Amino acid sequence: MTTVVRVLSFLRPYRLRVLAAIALGCATVAANIGLVAVAGYLIAAAALKPALLALSVPIYLVRFFGVTRAFLRYGERLVSHSVTFALLAEMRIWFYSRLEPLAPASLSMHRTGDVLARMVKDIDELENVYLRVFSPLIVALVTASAVAVLLGVFNLWLMLVAIPFLLLAGLGVPLLGRALAARVGEDLPHIRGELSAQAVDSIQGMQDLLIFGREASVRGRIAALERQSGSVERRLTRVAALQSGIGDFLAAGCATAVVTVAIPLVTTGRIGGVYLAFLAVMTLATFEVLQPLATVFPLMDRTRTSGDRLFEIADSQPNVREAAQTISAPLDIDLEFSHVSFAYNADMPPVLDDVTFSVRRGMHVAVVGASGSGKSTLLSLALRFWDVDAGMVKFGGADARQLTLDAVRAQISVVMQEVALFTDTLRNNLRIARPDATEADLLWALDTACLGDLVDRLPDGLDSWIGEQGLQLSGGERQRLAIARALLKTAPILALDEATANLDPITEATVLSQLLAAATDRAVLLITHRLVAMEEMDEILVLDRGRIVERGTHAELVDSRGAYWRLQEAQNELFAIT
Amino acid sequence: MEMTRNVARQLGLGSRIVAPAVVFGVLNTAALVAEMWLLSRVVADVFVGHDHVATVVPLLSLLALTLVLRAALVTARDASAGLAAIRARGRLRRRVIDHLLALGPAYARGERTGELVAATTEGIDRLDPYVSRYLPQTILGLAIPLIIAVAVLTQDWVSATLLLVTAPIIPLLMILVGSYAEGHIQQQWEALARLSAHFLDALQGLPTLKAFGRGKAEQATISRISHDFRDRTMRVLRFAFLSGLVLEFITAGAIALIAVTLGVRLLSGSISFERAFFVLLLTPEYYRPLRELGQHRHAAMEGAVSGNRLAEILATPVASPQPDNGVPAPAGPIRLELDAVSYTYPGRSRPALADVSLALPVGTRTALVGRSGSGKSTLLNVLMGFLTATGGEILVNGVPLSTIAPEEWRSRISFVPQRPHLFHGSIAENIALGGPEARLDEIEWAAELAGAMDFIQSLPERTTTLIGDGGARLSGGEAQRLAIARAFLKDAPLVLFDEPTSNLDPRSETLIRGALERLTQGRTLLVVAHRLNTIYTADNIVVLEEGRLVEQGRHADLLGSGGAYSRLHGPGRLVPA
Ligand SMILES: Nc1ncnc2c1ncn2[C@@H]1O[C@H](COP(=O)(O)OP(=O)(O)OP(=O)(O)O)[C@@H](O)[C@H]1O
Ligand SMILES: Nc1ncnc2c1ncn2[C@@H]1O[C@H](COP(=O)(O)OP(=O)(O)OP(=O)(O)O)[C@@H](O)[C@H]1O
Ligand SMILES: [Mg+2]
Ligand SMILES: [Mg+2]
Repeated sequence: MTTVVRVLSFLRPYRLRVLAAIALGCATVAANIGLVAVAGYLIAAAALKPALLALSVPIYLVRFFGVTRAFLRYGERLVSHSVTFALLAEMRIWFYSRLEPLAPASLSMHRTGDVLARMVKDIDELENVYLRVFSPLIVALVTASAVAVLLGVFNLWLMLVAIPFLLLAGLGVPLLGRALAARVGEDLPHIRGELSAQAVDSIQGMQDLLIFGREASVRGRIAALERQSGSVERRLTRVAALQSGIGDFLAAGCATAVVTVAIPLVTTGRIGGVYLAFLAVMTLATFEVLQPLATVFPLMDRTRTSGDRLFEIADSQPNVREAAQTISAPLDIDLEFSHVSFAYNADMPPVLDDVTFSVRRGMHVAVVGASGSGKSTLLSLALRFWDVDAGMVKFGGADARQLTLDAVRAQISVVMQEVALFTDTLRNNLRIARPDATEADLLWALDTACLGDLVDRLPDGLDSWIGEQGLQLSGGERQRLAIARALLKTAPILALDEATANLDPITEATVLSQLLAAATDRAVLLITHRLVAMEEMDEILVLDRGRIVERGTHAELVDSRGAYWRLQEAQNELFAIT
Repeated sequence: MEMTRNVARQLGLGSRIVAPAVVFGVLNTAALVAEMWLLSRVVADVFVGHDHVATVVPLLSLLALTLVLRAALVTARDASAGLAAIRARGRLRRRVIDHLLALGPAYARGERTGELVAATTEGIDRLDPYVSRYLPQTILGLAIPLIIAVAVLTQDWVSATLLLVTAPIIPLLMILVGSYAEGHIQQQWEALARLSAHFLDALQGLPTLKAFGRGKAEQATISRISHDFRDRTMRVLRFAFLSGLVLEFITAGAIALIAVTLGVRLLSGSISFERAFFVLLLTPEYYRPLRELGQHRHAAMEGAVSGNRLAEILATPVASPQPDNGVPAPAGPIRLELDAVSYTYPGRSRPALADVSLALPVGTRTALVGRSGSGKSTLLNVLMGFLTATGGEILVNGVPLSTIAPEEWRSRISFVPQRPHLFHGSIAENIALGGPEARLDEIEWAAELAGAMDFIQSLPERTTTLIGDGGARLSGGEAQRLAIARAFLKDAPLVLFDEPTSNLDPRSETLIRGALERLTQGRTLLVVAHRLNTIYTADNIVVLEEGRLVEQGRHADLLGSGGAYSRLHGPGRLVPA
């Protein structure tokens, strides 16, 4: 219930328009009932053959209701839908703003496709609360009571006989729905989320799936989800169908009952016979507003789940938070790790253990070490995707946690190990790093990353589409594009994580030398498992299981015959011709 | 925009599937006419004939009977229409997924994942109202008014004429309004697809966006796209509501017209009250299906738009032969011959592969080298059948690859892609991709050989550890080792490796090397590598340059000849440190 209340609370800024929509809704229903009921009265009255003049009021009313009903309904739909869709658009933006701080650390429990479904489908689902639950409920309540009162005005018995029918249709039928399909609708949003997650995973992993012949397993999983949702939906469909059958029965039944009760009243003259048709038709028309209530409970079930799914993410606390009081970014920028320890999980051994080093302007530092030794984690901490457990990451001497997140990220330009490109043009992918970059800037960055010729090869130059996540480029081209992008960003620190892993030796050497030349006035942190261009490093850190086990220049480290030397030996052996 | 008959049939959405719903709907209308007739009799008998309750009891009990009957018919109608929609959707989703799988990764890369996801989830769901409401209504919208018109005709031909005359105005106006809405609905679908595609892209690139300080700026884009979607939705709805207004207006006007004429004719005594009331009761029912047709038309047009998109996906031709018409892949060891194979990506002018002729004899190890972008991965994709060569021919043990059933062909290949995809699930599940029936010890054996066991052992839940979407909770090298373990687990005669160790440190690479050589013994191996020493010991080294095969031979020979290979791997470059 609280979820639904919370969803409804999003309507607060729109309350005037909501009220207007509800008022229009009631007026529409009144006009509808008025139209058919007065028409019934009209012909009954005409049958008594009065003077034509006596009929002029009902004739006028019939026309009036006929015209206003159409316009009222139009107005009601327009107002209510524009409120709803404005609300949904705002909720999407709100949801993104809540989600953004969570990535990547706190979002890693969720599947991307599932989060996508929340953002698209679950937010859409909320439209129901208002359009199909809240507003119809109020309209039904208002009009059904009005009709009951009107019946009572004619004769108390009429009201008394109608009320059970109204209650049954407006309350009994929905409750029957709840009893027969209690909470089955709840699972649908989850199933949809899973379907979406499965679709994303299967489409993006298609190559791997196909080569390992796992088509059947994808089909199987999707079929299983389909079966799950199918059984829920079939149940809901059957129940809804039964409800609409009963609803129709109650409507006609109530009209019949009202007529039956009215007959003796007419014969005894307590009600004018002329009103009999009026009463029958009015009662019949009233039930039209009760019909939509039948599905209120399954809709609420679904909405509640969808709301919960949204709030679950929106209410998550980001693991990294902006300090309450931030200091402005220092001017003299260097990156310093001071006795940093860190674990992704508290119950796991630390990934980094007492790591201390610094990178100053104009200085080139390399981090080498075995796979899994914690190299990439250094970058995640520098970017404050996670915060250290102990020690401190400092920029220009200031604790990174006291700077704003924006300030921290403005200091570092990165090439991440897993290159992420966007489904867009070459130009827009580059401009993420510097939105106001000129054409010359872009070409310079591409040239420095040895990618200048790509622009000539692509059909539309810089404006060429590079495909889903840039996958219409080769692996090495994607990596060089990421390097070009990092070069464009005007940050004092440049950090590269295995940025040349997919390049051939010639391209690798060229890229590295051009890059280091372009970054002479920057601080450079080069993470690599391959000992390339190590002579050009001012310092090399050797990381082993989260600890810095050796540090020094290439010459020093080779001389000392320690871990670094062994790494180099392994590399030499690997490349040696046997 | 109607879904054309052809598209509807292609998607399995012909009107046939709602035939039962239509039958129930027609029966319900017949019962409705009876109900209204009885009701009008009762009211008339009491009002005009001044009858007492007792005299109308038989009529009332008949009335109660029809009510029960109608309740059953309405239930049956709604249930059968709804169930037909669920069935049709399930069928369609299976077909679309099957077709996407048949189209393979090359197609998916040219499309936006988020859009494909939208089409296969929401796009198919949007067909629900189309099937369950609109489709039966297209027939009932004609049948019900006809039945009622006939019923009215038996009582009063003037009103029947009025009904028949006013009816065609409605579809005419609807078509007029609908044709305006058409383009807007198409745009609304595109806006939704864009929304979905963009969200997915942003979501997956969020760490990068944040690293570039664009996380907040992205909110502006999200806001623009969301508002755009809202505007387009509202534009569609405005048209839908406008056509609703027109419909309501006409039906209300018609009801008023009929009521007033009935009144006037009652005054003049040219019609009895009973008949007049009967006609009046039926009049709203006459227009109801037309009104509903108008209401559901909007949903129908939405369904048609996404239906057209689905039809488009289904109509994309699958290049390679289908499993049912391809010849089986040859059993046993594999020998490959490439004869002047060329490939040009769609929309690109330069070929990515040009006239590559190459032989991979049984049990040999071939290394494929070349500058970044020279076409190495493209060649592997052509060999796997994910891309169909635009020129030349590939022979598998003498049989043209283009005639071999793709699923079977792929079952003969083990592969480590340049950018392996790890699936949501556990470590064991990801390795077991290479052998779905593999026992745990076999999985651990493969992990051991791929050098992955040491880090797996350090995890609290070992092989059952969940690795997050795309292996987000693993380091780059750890993910790569899982991909290698997966390939080791698969026992296939042809082994294709695309830079399998690019993210591994020399020591891990050395560990794997021995296993790799042992496991590929007797198999045909093609490996793309820049530095692995497998290159130097390979039976044949193939050098690609801008899609052309410029050199091939053994290491020493190539180095001696001073050509492209010696430039790539010449002295001083072996260990560039
Ligand atoms: N998001 C995460 N959650 C939990 N554990 C993680 C996460 N990311 C990395 N790890 C673990 O932390 C350790 C260090 O990972 P990291 O990515 O820093 O290694 P690395 O030195 O960059 O290795 P590689 O050379 O393979 O890229 C690994 O054992 C990895 O499994
Ligand atoms: N899907 C695609 N659509 C269009 N062009 C593509 C596509 N995939 C690759 N290309 C282009 O074809 C060329 C060859 O790409 P390929 O991936 O085969 O190179 P590669 O030799 O594997 O390079 P790398 O070593 O960098 O991975 C490149 O110039 C690339 O831009
Ligand atoms: Mg790493
Ligand atoms: Mg490649």
